[in-house]
Amino acid sequence: MSAGESGGERVATTGRPPLSRSFVLTLQIGFFVVLMAAWEFAAATGKLDPFFFSRPSAIFLQMVKWIVSGFIWPHLATTLVEALLAFVIGTVFGVGCGLALARVELLARVFDPYIRILNALPRVILGPIFILWFGLGIASKVALAVTLVFFIVFFNTFQGIREVNPVVRDNARMLQASEQQLLRYVYLPSAMAWIFSSLHTSIGFALVGAVVGEYLGSARGIGYVVAQAEGVFDTTGVFAGLILTSAVVLLIDLGINRLERYLLRWRPGN
Amino acid sequence: MSTPAVAFEGVTVRFPTPAGGVQTVLRDISLEIADGTFVAIVGPSGCGKSTLLNVAAGLLMPPEGCARVFGEPVQGINRYATYLFQQDALLPWRTVLDNVRLGLVFRNVPAREATARAIRFIERVGLKGFEDRFPHQLSGGMRKRVAVAQSWIVDPRILLMDEPFGALDVQTRQIMENELLGLWQESRQTVLFITHDLEEAIALADRVVVISAGPAARIKGDYEVTLPRPRDVAEIRLNPEFMQLYKRIWSDLRDEVRQSYAAGNR
Repeated sequence: MSAGESGGERVATTGRPPLSRSFVLTLQIGFFVVLMAAWEFAAATGKLDPFFFSRPSAIFLQMVKWIVSGFIWPHLATTLVEALLAFVIGTVFGVGCGLALARVELLARVFDPYIRILNALPRVILGPIFILWFGLGIASKVALAVTLVFFIVFFNTFQGIREVNPVVRDNARMLQASEQQLLRYVYLPSAMAWIFSSLHTSIGFALVGAVVGEYLGSARGIGYVVAQAEGVFDTTGVFAGLILTSAVVLLIDLGINRLERYLLRWRPGN
Repeated sequence: MSTPAVAFEGVTVRFPTPAGGVQTVLRDISLEIADGTFVAIVGPSGCGKSTLLNVAAGLLMPPEGCARVFGEPVQGINRYATYLFQQDALLPWRTVLDNVRLGLVFRNVPAREATARAIRFIERVGLKGFEDRFPHQLSGGMRKRVAVAQSWIVDPRILLMDEPFGALDVQTRQIMENELLGLWQESRQTVLFITHDLEEAIALADRVVVISAGPAARIKGDYEVTLPRPRDVAEIRLNPEFMQLYKRIWSDLRDEVRQSYAAGNR
């Protein structure tokens, strides 16, 4: 369909030619192909040392081998379980604390400096301590990922609740909403857009926390696979592990997108 | 005389200014509103009319004086009243049906009964077939109808209205005013209607109260409107009595509007 035409009839345009989907997609794929070809070529001709940089074809074959042999599944499952647990726990606590602090002025005032301090902490450094506390199993990874997820969700929920339209709130109060009903009918739905935007970020962080935790010390999971590969200077294995991780994050993000579209269908433009 | 539906007793309201001082918005307002009357409060913009309404609603506690509803001092939200705001106050994430039955749900009316009553009321305000729409899918006038249904369905004894049709175009506004009068004609609750439009005030109300320009606004005038009911807001404007009344009240209001204008409001 060309610009300004729809169902055979010309429609008004703003004068700027719209970017067609297929055009953008072609460029996106083109970019990928050129990048991969350049990498492959540089590795084949020795411009990039494959020992340090590996090569796309080798990484791809490695991933295929992992998937076909079934080697990667238990590791992937472990990482996903950790990330999911961290995501759920972090989100529940984040929304809960965000709600409490946004609604009770005293709590917000008292805890404000502590939350700032905790958030300023480089959480990844806590990894070894969590392993000390919770052991080499799944719990220490979940704990690390929770510390990452919690703050993102917390800050967004807090902000979302604070930004509730005062007229909508007062109207519900005049209709005799109880404090609990205000929460359910006004505050939470209003904060939903903020909470969702935090979910996109926090799902990534949940996985990062899990993988980093595994990397620091474990016997299973993608982080473990990457650490093992690194231990024998297998750059191909490192890249393959990283790419798999981001592919999984992307898939989950798509799921959240769909859920978001459904739950926020009341918004103009959705 | 029986207990007034709403009584303001020496209400003074002050707000802190951004510069750190204190500004008196309303000074010593005393006003009684009889049960079942439609009272319009007019004044130049920025004079504190909405503040007065918020005191009656219980959304604002005055530092001096108090508001009473049916003799009881207002403490916390006024349980006898609902509020029709100028801005959109519907829950944007709920459908028309959900929005209309909201007050019933909050009052723990059984879901089935609440839905049945909401459907009837939606039909009454001419929105049959739009039950499943979200507010953003409706026009401004339709959203206002939903808001009217939402505040009316709980059968409040007092309706507080803060320039509810201020944001609508003239034609839609007249239609809405007539529909409002139609609904009121049936139930005859007490209505406290804030507006800066004197014509709207006279066309709708039994009584028009003029508030002076702020700061420290007071009551400037109080007029009985004896025009016959039922009224049509477009036709009533041509009534000679309407025009006479308009002239009388306008002479009061004019000075206030000028003063307000000189002080930099609008």
